[in-house]
Amino acid sequence: MATPLSYLGVELSRPKVAFFELSSCEGCQLQLLNNEASLLDFLSLVEVVQFREAMTEKRDDYQIAFVEGSVTRSDQVARLVEIRQRAKVLVAFGSCACFGGVNQLKNRFADSDWVKREVYGSFPIDTDTVRPLRAVVPVDLEIYGCPVKKEDVERIVTDLVLGKTVCHPKYPVCMDCKANENICLFDLGEPCLGPITRGGCDAWCPNNRLGCWGCRGPAEVANVAELQRIMTEHGFSAETMLDRLECFGGFGAYTEELATMVRNERGGT
Amino acid sequence: MRLNCDIKVNHLSRVEGHGNISITIRNGEVLEARWDVVETPRFFEAILVGKKWENAPYLCGRICGICSIGHTLASIRAVENAFGIEPSAQTAMLRLLLKHMETLQSHILHLYFLVAPDLLGTGSVLPLVGSHPEVVQRALRLKMLANDACDIIGGRRLHPTRTVVGGFTMLPEKSQLDLLRRRFVDEVDDLLRTADLFASLTLPDFVRETEFVSLQGDGSYPFIGGRLVSSDGVNRPEEEYLPMTNEYCVANSTSKWTRLSRDSFAVGALARLNNNFDLLHPQARQVAARFNLAPVNHNPFMNNIAQLVECVHVVLDGVSLIEQLLGMEWQAPRQEVVPRAGTGVAAVEVPRGILYHAYWFDEAGRITKADCVIPTTQNHANIHLDLQELARRYAALGKTDAEIELAAQMLVRAYDPCISCSVH
Repeated sequence: MATPLSYLGVELSRPKVAFFELSSCEGCQLQLLNNEASLLDFLSLVEVVQFREAMTEKRDDYQIAFVEGSVTRSDQVARLVEIRQRAKVLVAFGSCACFGGVNQLKNRFADSDWVKREVYGSFPIDTDTVRPLRAVVPVDLEIYGCPVKKEDVERIVTDLVLGKTVCHPKYPVCMDCKANENICLFDLGEPCLGPITRGGCDAWCPNNRLGCWGCRGPAEVANVAELQRIMTEHGFSAETMLDRLECFGGFGAYTEELATMVRNERGGT
Repeated sequence: MRLNCDIKVNHLSRVEGHGNISITIRNGEVLEARWDVVETPRFFEAILVGKKWENAPYLCGRICGICSIGHTLASIRAVENAFGIEPSAQTAMLRLLLKHMETLQSHILHLYFLVAPDLLGTGSVLPLVGSHPEVVQRALRLKMLANDACDIIGGRRLHPTRTVVGGFTMLPEKSQLDLLRRRFVDEVDDLLRTADLFASLTLPDFVRETEFVSLQGDGSYPFIGGRLVSSDGVNRPEEEYLPMTNEYCVANSTSKWTRLSRDSFAVGALARLNNNFDLLHPQARQVAARFNLAPVNHNPFMNNIAQLVECVHVVLDGVSLIEQLLGMEWQAPRQEVVPRAGTGVAAVEVPRGILYHAYWFDEAGRITKADCVIPTTQNHANIHLDLQELARRYAALGKTDAEIELAAQMLVRAYDPCISCSVH
């Protein structure tokens, strides 16, 4: 056999992997268990040394750490730094880890005390601005999606094990959607971020006649202004566009102008 | 008599989310037995404020990675109740079928992946792949059936895509449903073998009397909407969820706690079964009888068996739902939605118990206030008080630290807590 290849310092033979979660629904980890048909094959490819949601056995000698969720409290920073120190490869696992996910919607309120009061009243509760992993530690790989697509996870893990370069599609969801010969959601009267969102999900939502909400973040060349023109042309408000654009935090830079426009539209509320 | 014991389990494994168990016994006296929830809050109720109605089900499904379908359906029902939308019979049946399959998926995941390892003496399902391959294969068959059904009806097993206010974005093919029906019939045998497996294992014999809260079935075992009932005799309409839950904050828990007639109450499969036993499918009742499970059962460990009984119920009820759906002329998948100002409350039985979503809307259909009361939130106080009683009894019996620790962990797992969901 040829000399074993390695990728980012990880040897090819059954890498030791661990799963962790910060602020999240833990759904991305469950997606692995949800893949019944290939679960046992997947488990033969890697050695899982830590996965609290599914196992009590626990070791810290992992090479690849999959971290789900966003950072929302100071104790998570220390935990993430420790994981970063131990892991050769740190994977941001799912949109909460990559962009902040739906959790970051609370960042849109300037008054963070109001957010706390709205849920807990006068009870003291500790929470910070929601951040993606890469705002706290260096991240080697990002696996996008809310939820992650199990085929995507398996492809990326297989690439890692085989020492192949991990590539994400640069094209938008529209490409996947057209390949599946779907009727365009705009023609069905539905708003959709498919033209600007990173593909590779096989147009999971549009296949089911749900317009894209942008969970995988922007495609490489995302013409947001042009999509906004299309949305307006089809009678969708700036608010509808903003709801989707700001939903998972992947379009951070593009949302601010739109948010101002929506606030003005609604008279400053 | 156990004299001294210190147990500290940080981030209990094989549960969803982050919770800690602490037990301290000195000179035979339980000084402390605690269930602390340390999960970070995500503030969903604040996030929803200012958002239009169509955001609610999409965002709220993401409260939970296990019961995303239940949250989505509760959210949809709350919006529909606020806007005065009555789902068609077709929509109601498809939603119930989808709900059933989430129940099956979640219960099987819990029974085989989270509970069985304790009873078979392993730390996870992984060693069972080698030692009990038929058990693991059976678990995967059942889970795959449930998840395939969720894909076919809801569009996706996690964070469903087709479920919207007013109905569905699109419908399954009738041929897909017919195939599902045949798979349901075939899988009943795997459920009976699951009953064989659990009948061969021993659950702790532990009883602490409590109050059980659930929906009250009206002619059928309850899942979506209806009156709220407790085993202590409380009975209220769906919209009166606040006096049924009475949430309050406690130190050392980022999840709220709840109470009704006593210091705590329990929700979940055992609560549903205790309050609605006669409405279970006869074959499900037979499985219950095999475990001497009859109302009102106060052993929290029997929640595992109640889940098994419900698995049998949902699969057999699923067969009958599909037969009815196949015999119907199908209408359009979705009805028109016209927003209006008002309040909508929904109570839905999700795998871990009764879930409430309530929203207040302005004239444009924007949310001005939101409230979600999660099943595990309602179970935390009961888990905490159970742990105290368990520690006292096991200390009096002279059990070892390891025995007390395992029993305490198994007790919490029996509730199948969804902790990040409870904090949301």
